[in-house]
Amino acid sequence: MTVGLFIPCYIDQFYPNAAIATLTLLKRLGVDVKYPTRQTCCGQPMANSGFEHLTQGCNDLFIENFAEFDYVVSPSGSCVLHIKDHLHAPKDEDKALGIRKKVYELTEFLTDVLKIEKLNARFPHKVGVHQSCHGQRGLMLAQMTELVEAPFSKPLHLLNMVEGLELVELSRPDECCGFGGTFCVAEEAVSVKMGKDRVADHINHGAEYITAADMSCLMHMEGILRRQKSNVKVLHIAEILNAQ
Amino acid sequence: MNTEFKDHSELSDIFNKDEARVDWHDETLWFVRAKRDKAAHGIPEWESLREAASQIKNNVLSNLHDYLVEFEENARKNGVTVHWAADAAEHNQIVHNILKEQGVNRLIKSKSMLTEECHLNEYLKKNGVEVIDTDLGERIVQLAEEPPSHIVLPCIHKKKEEIGDLFHEHLGTPAGMADPVFLTAAARTHLRETFITRKAAITGVNFAVAETGEFVVCTNEGNADMGAHLADVHIACMGIEKIIPKRRNLSVFLRLLTRSATGQPITTYSSHFRKPRPGQQMHLVLVDNGRTTQLSRPDFRNSLKCIRCAACMNTCPVYRRSGGHSYHTAIAGPIGSILAPNLDMKEYADLPFASTLCGSCSNVCPVKINIHEQLYKWRQVIVKEGYAPAKKAMAMKVMEFTLSSPFIYKNAGKAGRWFMKHAPFTVNNKLNLWYDHREMPEVPKESFGEWYNKNVKND
Repeated sequence: MTVGLFIPCYIDQFYPNAAIATLTLLKRLGVDVKYPTRQTCCGQPMANSGFEHLTQGCNDLFIENFAEFDYVVSPSGSCVLHIKDHLHAPKDEDKALGIRKKVYELTEFLTDVLKIEKLNARFPHKVGVHQSCHGQRGLMLAQMTELVEAPFSKPLHLLNMVEGLELVELSRPDECCGFGGTFCVAEEAVSVKMGKDRVADHINHGAEYITAADMSCLMHMEGILRRQKSNVKVLHIAEILNAQ
Repeated sequence: MNTEFKDHSELSDIFNKDEARVDWHDETLWFVRAKRDKAAHGIPEWESLREAASQIKNNVLSNLHDYLVEFEENARKNGVTVHWAADAAEHNQIVHNILKEQGVNRLIKSKSMLTEECHLNEYLKKNGVEVIDTDLGERIVQLAEEPPSHIVLPCIHKKKEEIGDLFHEHLGTPAGMADPVFLTAAARTHLRETFITRKAAITGVNFAVAETGEFVVCTNEGNADMGAHLADVHIACMGIEKIIPKRRNLSVFLRLLTRSATGQPITTYSSHFRKPRPGQQMHLVLVDNGRTTQLSRPDFRNSLKCIRCAACMNTCPVYRRSGGHSYHTAIAGPIGSILAPNLDMKEYADLPFASTLCGSCSNVCPVKINIHEQLYKWRQVIVKEGYAPAKKAMAMKVMEFTLSSPFIYKNAGKAGRWFMKHAPFTVNNKLNLWYDHREMPEVPKESFGEWYNKNVKND
């Protein structure tokens, strides 16, 4: 089994530690993982802004980089959802469809493909989990509070395997943080207010760390936490699952 | 009034100047969402009910013509006068003509979002007809000379003290009196007088049953019944998508509607109107106003399944923190944002972007409209039709250029990080909207790609 590691552009540029943790974790679990170095971005920032017609260059690159692998894995639910829903190849649509079917967000790859039941990880801290919307409602990484269905959560299933980790309960366990891609600047006032409210929920419940399966939400919340000079830190879930 | 156009972002910015008020607005609506959750979770078959409602509505949309003809025929047999209006203007004229024929220039109206959509109140006022809204929330915004900010809770943006001041000014309640029980009693006394003296009543329609020609109006206050039963002329206004095939379908919709809206099991009054009482006239105005156009758009047609419960507004984290008026249209929130561009793509080009695409709206929708997916699709249409701001279009072109080439991407990333580290003033300034209330990410010493090339690639 070969896995292509898909690292979203902003993680590549600003959060290399989340990517390194993902790579290390997969290797520790015995996965044959490679990072195609010619990758850039999935095209989501353009598509969500209404410019999906400008994403063919990104699509072509993505297919060129990832077609050969058995699986494509990424530490970002949002970017994975974009690929799953919107990767197209007008000249060879089957190729695009093939990738759409084999792309996985990291936690779902661990629970659904590798079927991990044990992790050698230790993180003795109080942690609040932010359920990123695209991962949760798009990829169904966890049950959604709106639905009358049995509860489950792939990220929580994994975090529960981490020694010493204490999860904090939130008042609103799956409310959006307000990042929303270009929404964060196009609708700055609401975006910031949503972020402040999300962060406050974690702080009020005693979280030392906020984690998520999406770094973009964490980048937004980190920006707010640091402006507030808070001691609460953000950490991608891969960094916790990989912590010793 | 300042007529300068402000879009959702600018109006939200104004709303957010008073953060305590935003908190209050958010918590008030979240309370309604929580009540909805409790009611939904009390019904084990909730998801099957949603699916059934969705399928019934799909059937209606696919056979709308036949159901409308069947409904019209049955309504006429029942003694109801049926009118057809192609658009808002025709709807308003029809209502006005009925009133003129009866020599009526004062009427009462219970809640109807369709008449808000058609701006009937303004039209009638211009033509010398006085309209008094009898739904308490609607009456409050009417006194305040504001549009409703929410389709189920029209004055949810108003605090009880503000309502006390309005009532003091218009209804003579004591100054500073803000007790909800007292204010409601005052409104009741005031409205009671109008119910008795007005000869014509307008109601909305929640469901119109094709097989019987009857229509159902759901209210909590009983004001639709008070109006319709006392008036000589009852005019009911409905969008053509309000049709359901059979009366038994109500067993699905009535269970869903109010649980989704307010968390109640059912509205206090679910009134069936079938035929005029002796001596009374009953008119039905069936309105298209863009609905057939929407029906012809494959990506957006199922927005017509909406039963106007407002669950999507109550759950929307953006709506709760921007207020209904920031949507500058009769129907605010997520559903309004996918309906409005159909009516005027240019004026409402901002609305599909007033969302993070979090998807909560689609999950609470009792008829399973894929609202957030339609928001995404409207964005594509709006850009293609040329309604995107030029600055944004330019930025997207630059992004396309950068991200389509691994070489340019790597160098642009490196240059960007260099500037952030060594010349932070180039990003940490007023031109950067991110930086206004958020710190920029700390710049790492190398990108992951650079790290990988050094440490792993040649392992």
